[in-house]
Amino acid sequence: MCLGIPMKIVSKKGETAVVSSGGTRREINIGLLKEVETGDYVIVHAGFAIERLNQKRAEETLDILRQIGP
Amino acid sequence: MKYVDEFRNLKLAKKLSQEINEIAAGDRRYNFMEVCGTHTNTFYRFELKSLLPENLRLISGPGCPVCVTDAPYIDNAAALAGLRDVIVTTFGDMVKVPGSHSSLYQERTKGGDIRVVYSSLDSLEIAVKNPSKNVIFLGVGFETTAPTIAMAILEASKRKIKNFSVYSAHKLIPPAMKSILESKDMALDGFVLPAHVSSVIGANAYRFLKKFGLPGVVAGFEPLDMLQGILMLVRQSKSGRAEIENQYNRVVTNAGNKKAQHILEKVFKPCDAAWRGLGDIPGSGLAIRNEFKDFDAGKRFKLKKTRTIVPKYCLCGEVIKGIKMPEDCKLFCRACTPDSPKGPCMVSSEGTCSIHYKYK
Repeated sequence: MCLGIPMKIVSKKGETAVVSSGGTRREINIGLLKEVETGDYVIVHAGFAIERLNQKRAEETLDILRQIGP
Repeated sequence: MKYVDEFRNLKLAKKLSQEINEIAAGDRRYNFMEVCGTHTNTFYRFELKSLLPENLRLISGPGCPVCVTDAPYIDNAAALAGLRDVIVTTFGDMVKVPGSHSSLYQERTKGGDIRVVYSSLDSLEIAVKNPSKNVIFLGVGFETTAPTIAMAILEASKRKIKNFSVYSAHKLIPPAMKSILESKDMALDGFVLPAHVSSVIGANAYRFLKKFGLPGVVAGFEPLDMLQGILMLVRQSKSGRAEIENQYNRVVTNAGNKKAQHILEKVFKPCDAAWRGLGDIPGSGLAIRNEFKDFDAGKRFKLKKTRTIVPKYCLCGEVIKGIKMPEDCKLFCRACTPDSPKGPCMVSSEGTCSIHYKYK
């Protein structure tokens, strides 16, 4: 399943990080990402962070969506 | 949940729906294919069909990795599970998929050691904790998942874990899309492109669509993402444009995740693969490279291909290509249900038949 959910990096140590979303916490591997910092949001799939979520772009997308229609 | 809930806003969904309906209004029909099973799931779970105009059809494509895993693979996995010193580890979806004569579920009832894992790294830990057993991980999934399995193999190699191996059935999305377009079974006007496969391979990976004169939009998996993606597709299609656009740019970049691609290429190489329903597609699978052959279950256990037997009346092949709907299948909801599936489309939670059954 390609489902991946955005989760926030709460702490990191070497190639692992603890992420959190909606009350769930889990430990994941961040070895597929070049750099990632505490406070970043990442897409979590099968125990790994597969990409960072660009928060600025997320807000821009929501702004565009809010302006659609009358 | 942040960056999830905002993209499920019903008011904005209705505004998008209105916009799509206005732009698509007219005599023209629009047939778009969404490739990824997770998109199929969103479409039915959030009842997006009710928000789209009658003349716009969204067809489910073959992007369900469990659904397209062919029966010989399941047969081999079931046979491995029957061996006394083997632990088969797998993602949950695979357990009930029927092979020619058995399934992992059935092997488990006969005493086979089959364990569902969330991550391939969990499988590695099982290998560490059970040194006298051979632990095999069933590597099923597209470009989103394959890099994570590559990481597990690299970790196994680094830590010299000798009793761990992967049986790869990994597949690639772009060759499957090309195969569908070249078969000309469908008259398509464009593609809703996968979200997380694209986060790995990048939006540029779909530039081949230009050759077919078709637009493609990478769309996220939330309802507003899909609707905005469809809106962008309709706009392109109506004005005769054929470009790759990226609705999901909060995660997907044009180049993709280069590090993940590099790790994938380090461990795997493209190979020919058999897709249930689509047949053999050259260069569409991933095989473990020779330098990691110790972690290749196919080589270690000398697994061979057996003959495929398709259950009579099973339409999974056509459903996977989007030519037929589950409701066209004689077995749907009768002999074939989630409790007793006849084909993979009913087993996997991303399978079209399973989704139609759940949300009917």
